[in-house]
Amino acid sequence: MDGFKNIIMIIMSSVLVNNYVLSRFLGICPFLGVSKKLNQAAGMGVAVIFVMLMATAVTWPIQIYVLDRAGLGYMQTIVFILVIAALVQFTEITLKKFLPALHKSLGVYLPLITTNCAVLGVTINNMTDGYGFFESMASSLGCGLGFMLAMVLFSGIRSKIQESEIPTPFRGLPVTLIAASFVSLAFFGFAGVVDHLFA
Amino acid sequence: MKKNGNMAILIKGLLLENPVFVLILGTCPTLATTTTVIGALAMGLAAAAVLICSNVVISLFRKLIPETVRIPCYIVIIAGFVTLVQMFMHAFLPELYDLLGVYLALITVNCIILGRAEMFAGKNSVGKSALDGIGMGLGFTLALLSIAVIREVFGSGSFAGMEIPFLRDHTVDFLVKAPGGMLVYGVMIALVSWLTHGRAPRKKSFSCAGCASAAYCSGSCDGAGVKEEA
Repeated sequence: MDGFKNIIMIIMSSVLVNNYVLSRFLGICPFLGVSKKLNQAAGMGVAVIFVMLMATAVTWPIQIYVLDRAGLGYMQTIVFILVIAALVQFTEITLKKFLPALHKSLGVYLPLITTNCAVLGVTINNMTDGYGFFESMASSLGCGLGFMLAMVLFSGIRSKIQESEIPTPFRGLPVTLIAASFVSLAFFGFAGVVDHLFA
Repeated sequence: MKKNGNMAILIKGLLLENPVFVLILGTCPTLATTTTVIGALAMGLAAAAVLICSNVVISLFRKLIPETVRIPCYIVIIAGFVTLVQMFMHAFLPELYDLLGVYLALITVNCIILGRAEMFAGKNSVGKSALDGIGMGLGFTLALLSIAVIREVFGSGSFAGMEIPFLRDHTVDFLVKAPGGMLVYGVMIALVSWLTHGRAPRKKSFSCAGCASAAYCSGSCDGAGVKEEA
């Protein structure tokens, strides 16, 4: 039961409190780039959740059973980024072959994710935090869900921004960042929620 | 080679093509490590070191690397240098290593480095690529510093760890938190866009060439830059 509670806490805290986009600044590039329309934002979110889970499922055993045993801990960055890049390519090819419909809706977002720092970030953070396999998977799921939540919420705000009158120097990215700042401020309200979840 | 041309390559990274304020690359470390001046300086210099080395090496190998697999090749070269910098800092600057934490490893996926490899080093001579690396690296460091100075001085009332008498008692905590970072960054971009007033190249003209994922994304990432109608 404690293990189950722990998993729920990890998921909740990475979705709401330590949201990767809004409080840790990982994955800001796709957050600002692909959050213009709701369907794009949701598609990107699903693709990120998928890749994060796959990447964690592969990198965790590699780190524990290969790198740590062989004393090659310093190779972490190189190995992880290669694994993620290969995984993304492989996923894309597989989807294209066997699930063309899904590839059509998800496929365009997959290559973008190779260089998404949130994916590399979550795999490295899981190791630094010393999570076990299931905790790592939970944390990846939480981070992915948090990313998707932020993207979807923000796409709604952006569609409002596009209709408003904005001073010229602030057009485009500056006003988007300022709006993101307010969303991030709103997420501060969740601090402390997780600590009292089971209290 | 004209002196003028080389100087131009070196200087353009500072303002007109500043990677942070104009090209809008590498936003993650910009927001995450600018809560303190020391952190920003360390991040800027670490990224600059990786950028210069990777620019030189990629430029050296530009005729050997096949077009189709260039992105993975670039990533491996960059990841190699990031690992070197990580090991160096872990050994000689352990405090900074702990301060930067995961963001040090994330230099690997920093769009500035892959972006410059793709936009410049893959097409130009070694000397020019090195200059480009130095200019862009300095521009990145200066941009991080300018954000960090605002955030640290007003957010925690200190400069590089030294307390400032009056501001120490009147801090704006909001600035050192996540939302403050985005707010300051947004205002700074607007300021630079106002100062350079049209002289800076429009983001749209190279937004996708500069984006690390440009090879695949076929233009869906243009929203990151100046809006179409601007």
